[in-house]
Amino acid sequence: MSGNPRRGFLGTAAAALAGVALAPGIRLIELAGARAPGEPVTAKVRWGMLIDTNQCATGCTDCVTACNRENGLQDTGRPRTDAQWIRKIELKDLNGGRQHSAPVMCQHCAHPPCVDVCPTGASFKRADGIVLVDRHTCIGCRYCVMACPYKARSFVHENLTDQKPDVPRGKGCVEGCTLCVQKIDRGDGITACAEACTKAGHGAITFGDLNDPQSAIAKRLRELPNRALRADLRLDPGVRYAGV
Amino acid sequence: MKFLAALLAFAAVLVAGLALAAGRTAKPAVVIERPGACVEATEVMRRDHMKLLMHQRDRTMREGIRTKPHSLAGCVECHASRKTGSVLGEQGFCQSCHAYAGVTLDCFECHAAKPRAQAAGAKP
Repeated sequence: MSGNPRRGFLGTAAAALAGVALAPGIRLIELAGARAPGEPVTAKVRWGMLIDTNQCATGCTDCVTACNRENGLQDTGRPRTDAQWIRKIELKDLNGGRQHSAPVMCQHCAHPPCVDVCPTGASFKRADGIVLVDRHTCIGCRYCVMACPYKARSFVHENLTDQKPDVPRGKGCVEGCTLCVQKIDRGDGITACAEACTKAGHGAITFGDLNDPQSAIAKRLRELPNRALRADLRLDPGVRYAGV
Repeated sequence: MKFLAALLAFAAVLVAGLALAAGRTAKPAVVIERPGACVEATEVMRRDHMKLLMHQRDRTMREGIRTKPHSLAGCVECHASRKTGSVLGEQGFCQSCHAYAGVTLDCFECHAAKPRAQAAGAKP
């Protein structure tokens, strides 16, 4: 660097350009995406979801279906042991009688108990806040299944075939919602469930970067009263709920 | 003399037997259906493909880097058989060689053995 003063200048120019405002609220670096495809994920981004249960239709399972299709989860006809990444739950207020429903999946906690209890380090949190299972090191002990207060993890009991190339899955490992990590890394910027919910016209799931104050999710989080499920555990989940 | 003839006959049978045995040994079916350069030199790939894969899998899994060329999906993309659409099977690029080398091939218990387009249900 010191031998060539032009390099230093170019570096400074590039840094200055990246921060140039194209229009109010839009900067070049945001248009280019959160990161270049070959770069490792960083903690600058934290992916999360806001689920507005007021918009979530009772009986609708579009998010679950979309999740199964995207991640290749197959129905074996044995629902008790089938892997389940999103559960659709029905809620009823016992006092007022108000009924509504909500999808519950891995909440992508900032302090995930599944990572704390994993004896092999297979359960881990990626820098951008996504909690994943490294199946190469998972021994299938299912401690994480027990530790998760949201019942978000499933165990694969049977041999699988015809997995998706981007979503390797196999017998003997624990798995759960990955926030469609393959889609995020591709730069789609949305999960399959959020996509399906918007397409169905409900718009109950907003996905985005919690750290970016300009993102749609950050704006909705500021507008809607929302909370974390089991906030008493202070796990700081990346998935928030409005209307519960 | 008689003894020598018997010995010769025995030797002939032995040689014939060995030749037959050699024919029965399953040779790996290294069929390159899409000729062209692999991501590394052939010698490197033959010896060290597992190391390359191991290194890249952690970068993909933990850091989300999916652009580097040493991915298992990349292997499958090029080396899947045109006939079966898979790297598995008796003539499959991966399985035939691993069977010959006596190496357990665990990758495909979880990973797709067919390239993207086919796994998605599209016509090859």
